[in-house]
Parts: sequence; C-alpha cells; structure tokens
Amino acid sequence: MTQARAAAAGRREARRIPWLQGIRRQTVVGWLFVLPALLFYAAFVLQPLALTVQYSLYRWDGFGPATWVGLANYASVLREPKLLETLFNAFRLVLFFSLIPVGLGLVTASVIHRVATGRLGAISRTVLFLPQVIPLVAAGIIWGRLLSLSGLINQGLAAIGLGDVARAWLGDFDTALPAVGIIGIWVLLGFCTVLLLTGMTKIDEALFESARIDGAGWSQEFRAITVPNLRHEIGVCITVTVIAALAAFDIVYVATGGGPGNATAVPGIQIYILAFLERQVGLASALAVVLVVLVLLVILPIQRLSREDVR
Amino acid sequence: MVSIGFDRRTPPKWSGRLCALVVAAGLVAACAPPGAVSSPAGSQGAAATPAGSPSGTATAAGPSCGTDPVELNAYFETGFDLPFKLSEEFTKQFPNVTWKISQDQFTNLMSATPRLLAGDNPPDLIRLPSMVSLVKDNLLKNLDEYVTAFGWDKFPAAQLAQNRVATDGTRGSGSLYAAGLNYSLTGVFYNKQLAQQIGMTTPPATVEEFEGLLAKAKTAKLQPIMIWNATASGGGLAFPLQNLMAAYGPTQPINDWIFQKPGATIDTPTNLTAAQHLQQWIEAGYFPKDVNAIEYTDAQSRFGKGEGVFMFNGDWQNAGYDKDMSSNAGFFVFPPGQAGGSLAAMSAPLTYGIAAKAKNADCAAFFLNWVATNDKAREIDVAVGGSNPGGPPDLPVPQATAPITNETLAAGAEVAKDNGAMDFIANATGSIFAQGWTPELQKMVGDKQDAAGLLKAVQAEYEKELAQ
Repeated sequence: MTQARAAAAGRREARRIPWLQGIRRQTVVGWLFVLPALLFYAAFVLQPLALTVQYSLYRWDGFGPATWVGLANYASVLREPKLLETLFNAFRLVLFFSLIPVGLGLVTASVIHRVATGRLGAISRTVLFLPQVIPLVAAGIIWGRLLSLSGLINQGLAAIGLGDVARAWLGDFDTALPAVGIIGIWVLLGFCTVLLLTGMTKIDEALFESARIDGAGWSQEFRAITVPNLRHEIGVCITVTVIAALAAFDIVYVATGGGPGNATAVPGIQIYILAFLERQVGLASALAVVLVVLVLLVILPIQRLSREDVR
Repeated sequence: MVSIGFDRRTPPKWSGRLCALVVAAGLVAACAPPGAVSSPAGSQGAAATPAGSPSGTATAAGPSCGTDPVELNAYFETGFDLPFKLSEEFTKQFPNVTWKISQDQFTNLMSATPRLLAGDNPPDLIRLPSMVSLVKDNLLKNLDEYVTAFGWDKFPAAQLAQNRVATDGTRGSGSLYAAGLNYSLTGVFYNKQLAQQIGMTTPPATVEEFEGLLAKAKTAKLQPIMIWNATASGGGLAFPLQNLMAAYGPTQPINDWIFQKPGATIDTPTNLTAAQHLQQWIEAGYFPKDVNAIEYTDAQSRFGKGEGVFMFNGDWQNAGYDKDMSSNAGFFVFPPGQAGGSLAAMSAPLTYGIAAKAKNADCAAFFLNWVATNDKAREIDVAVGGSNPGGPPDLPVPQATAPITNETLAAGAEVAKDNGAMDFIANATGSIFAQGWTPELQKMVGDKQDAAGLLKAVQAEYEKELAQ
C-alpha cells in the first residue's frame, strides 16, 4: 500500500516541469496574467525613465556622438537661475492646481451632497466634470481667447464698470501665472469634486443623521464628519493635482508658451525647449530627473499621511 | 577625421554599474553612450563619400535629372504653397521626375531634421531651419561642385553668403550647403488710408521723421504700430529693433554676430542707441497695450482690419495683405538714421538643402538651379512666394499681379544697391530667439528690462549657447 502510494506520488512529481519546482502554480499564473501589462510598462515607462537618467549624464545633441559629463548637467540645473526659476513657478502653480481645487472641491462636494441630491446633483456633477473630457489643448486655446484684451472676460469687466482693470491677462507679468492657474482650477475642480463626492456617499448616513439630531450645522458636520472620513480621497486628490501642477505642460504651452518673459516658464516647457530647440538632450534629461525627484519628495509624504489616517 | 571634433571620453567605472542596474531592471536599454548607435553609420557614411562627388546621374553636360524615372524625396514646410507649386511645374517640364513630398510644421522640422538627414531614406531636398550644427555633423551635402557646374558663382555674392559655412563653424563664408528658393525682404508695411490721415505723403526719409509719424498717429488716437510679441510666435519687436540697429550703425557687425564670428558682440554703443529708441517707443505707447499676448496671425488679421498704421514684417505676408487690404497696403524700407544714409533690411533666403546621403543629389541641385533661372519658375516664385527669386543678376525680375509685391520687389532692388542685406538677429543660434530676444523684449514691454540690460542679457545667452 505505502509503496503504491509512494509510486503514485512519484508519478505526480515527475509530471511537474522541473524549473517550476518549488514555485506555486498560483504564482506562475499570476505572473502570466501580469506579464503583458508588465512588458508594456517596462517598454514605455521604465525604459524611458532609465534612458532619461542615462542621457542626463552625457552632453548630447540628440543625434551625434555623446560626451560623458558625469553630474555636470545636474550642477547646471541647480546653478542656472533660469532653470531654477521654472521650478519655483511650478510650486507657485501648486496653489492653483492643487490647493484651491481640493479646497473648493471639498466645499462644492459637500454642498452637492447635502443640498442637491437626485437630478440636480447629477447635472451639477456632469457640468463640473466636463472640463476633464475636453482636451487640454482645446481648453488652453479657448481660455486664451477668453482672457485676451478683447475677450469675454474683459468685456464682462467693462460691462460692470471695471473697464480699467481690463488687460491681456496672459500677457501681463503680474497676472499671467494666476491666469494660467485659473485655467488649472477650471480643469481640476470637477475631478476633485466628483472624487470627493463619491467618497462622501460611502460615509455612513447614520453619522450625519445623528449629528443633525444633535443640532450640528453644515460647517460642524463638514469639519467633524466629512473631512476626517475623506482623508484618503483628499490624499488622492492632492497627489494627482500636485503632479498636474509640477509636471504641467500642455495648458501652459498653449496659453502662454512660458511667457511673458519667463513669468510662466515651468519645467515641462523648459525641458521641451532644451531638448528640441537647443538640442541639449543631456541637460533636458537632468532637469526632467530633478523634476521627478521633486515630485516624489512632495508626493510620498502626502501618501503616507493619507494612509496613516485611514484606520 | 570626422570624429576629431568630438570628445568621447571613456565613461568612468560607476557608469558601468549603473548600466548593469538598468539591464537588471529587465530593460532593453543598450548601455552604449546615446547616439553612438546611429552616428557611425551617419558620419562615416558621409566621410566615405568625399563631399561633392557626383552620384552617377551626371552627364557630360553637368549634373541633371537625366532621362530615367527619378523620384525626388522632399520635405516641405506646411502652410507655404511655393515649393509645391514649383515641384508641379518642374514635373511638367521634366516628366521623368516625380515627387514624394512629406510636409511638417516648421517647429517640427526643426527638431526632426537631423534624424531625417541621418535616416535610411535621406531627403533629396529639405527645408532647413538652421544649418551650422547639421554641417558639423556631416549631414548636409557640400554644394561647392554645383556652384561651379551651374555657374552660381556669377550670382551676387550676398545671395549665397548666408548659406555658406566655414570649417570653424561660422556662417557667411566657406563652402555652400544650401540654396534659397527665393529671397525675402522685410520692412515697414503701412495702411495707406490711415497714413494719409496723419499726413504721410511720402515714406519717411529718416528715423526722426518716422518717429514724428508715430507721434502723430498716437495723437490721432490711432494704433501707431501693430505687431506681435507673444511667446508662441516669438518676439516681433526684434524686427523694429534690428531695423533701428541698422539705422544707427553699420550692418557688418550685426551680420558678424549672426554668423557667429569670434568675438562678435551685440552689445555695442550704436545698438544701445537703437534699443533706447525702441524703449522710448514702448513707453510712448506706440505698440499695442496687449502686445505680449498678440500672436503672429492675430497681428496680421488686426492690421488687415485696419488696426495699426504701421506693421513691421516681411514680403512673405504680401499675399495676405493683398487679400485683406488689396491696394490699401503700402511698403517702405525702414529709413536710415541720417537723410541720404544707406538702406538696410533683414533679408533671408528660403533655405533648402540636400542630405549628404541623398540618392538624387544631382537632380535636386538641378531643381534648385532651375528655380533660380527658369522663367516660369521665377514667375511662380514672385506670384506665389511674393519674394525676389534671386539668381543671375542679368535675369529680369518678373512682374507681380499684387501691387504690394511690386513695391517690395522695387524696395529690394534699392537695398541690394546699398548692399544692405542682413540676416535676422533671431537666427544667430538655434534658440537665441526663444531664450534670449523674446523673453527680454517682453520684459522691456513689461517695464522689467531696459535697453542696456536687454543687450547684456541677450549677449550673455549668446555666449552661453556658443560655449555649449
């Protein structure tokens, strides 16, 4: 009996493919499922990332032979005021692309959640989310027209007697960055609102009811229930919008191209100019790597915070 | 020989470790220095064929398209009809030649050109944005043999100068690497009706007279100058600035600076005078209030609709003005600083080159010669392109149907007489416009930069770019 059982077990063993020994079948199947996506990820994300790091160590015109320069490109990025300025501009954009949309999104979502349920809520969600569907380049062009000297916004100002304030908002040194920021708010507010609203529907209604029975007003409800329960969603919102701010390219490129002067020059635009107009692929790559590092430095703490708070 | 100019030091050890890391990450990245993969084929290929050796289609009568079927592989610039019309006419006259035309926006061409020239299917004919770096990388065909074969040495020397590159990488002299389909002229366009309104009967003879007209236009509540200065189009204020430079100083130092002659500087006393005048114009409100947000096409349509007495631009816009304003548009070359002084204007060839590895180089060169010398081609050049076709000095310039074109052609002859052609200060290096002139001129408009600072900032950017 024991012999027969051992033989059967042996036969089962023999049927196993030798190199799979010790690896659980489930694991293999799992990897096989992931493999196609992983290949694409490697080819279109990891490889370009690694190549960018590699290029950043060379002086290269994008075509001819390259010269090894070590970390000299990074030194240039940190030394050159013009390049550093783009990084500062990127952080100024965070205010418009991230803090305002998330803050305003919270308030809007909470209002919709409390007041506008049903059809009205659906309509307002759609309207707010619409900018996400419109290509950013198209949005940039339309906003460029709206914000021009003869545009709708200045016409509106003139109509209410504020004609003196009228200016080419995107061509003025003081207003160009905030004007680009407003386009960013318009694009990202809907995204934040819808995400936060979805989060709110997951909060137990009983919490709100008991708060109301206790006589809590909207603002108390907002501070004590809504915000604490939405920490994870807020974390996602901040992450996505901060990345949108620091890595901004399309809106800025179409609306101002980085001008006037360097008032709205952001790293994305400077990388493009360096790589494709100046043919300094090495320096452009170094700036790109610095940008990636900065984004990670900002994002990782936010991620940790929002995770820790979720029990 | 070819790689002498390039310093390829051996990467230190830890780059190997980095590479190992990259490979370990499961990536296909080859760890050779970037560019090394494609460059041997490119540069050695160019070196192996001595620049200028006829590629086989030449007959005893000189380089031509022969009689066998030839397909010219061409890259044209989107939005400009001229090369397309010329290629159609060429095929009509030489039916054995057909075209494989690709087209792209100028900015895309700027970034794609080296790749196209080095690729497996190098263009026989391509619109060139800039050439010095392409010549350094041995990507462009040296056209010297065609200069003698076709007698281009009998063309006015100034016509070819801008397309010459010397061995030290300076432009303006040395071997020829491209040819112009035509030669544009810049100056001041004006709205005849509005000019009459401010009492302008003849074009101004001095800068002072011109400034008087600007002041009159301002008093008459007209927009004195319509121009563009938004980042997307580049700083149009570089046009009046360079005109002022040539009015207050000689053109040679400006051209030297553009051609990257050693020690050249834009920060000269006469250029400072010029920049100060421009600053005064800005402060006097002669430019539109929103000029930093005006793009090229907006400026043209606003001028066409009657906003602005004057417009600084080139004859490539003739067809547009003719359509928008018909006979209401006039043109004059920017006046000199002193009455009777010599005339000067920015004038640049519509540059086309041939890839070093082009399969039909002789036929492409034959086409370039045909454009400059064939009667029908010269007619198309003037009618469609709006500019002077160049070519031998004894050939007549065809008459144009648009009155404005005849004005610019006549003005071009005046400039040529004074030997006053300049290239554009915006073309001195690949990105001096985007990184130097445009932002600094915008700052001047925004009262964040003065005349002296403008020239110093641009000179610093110029030296930085040349040091790369």
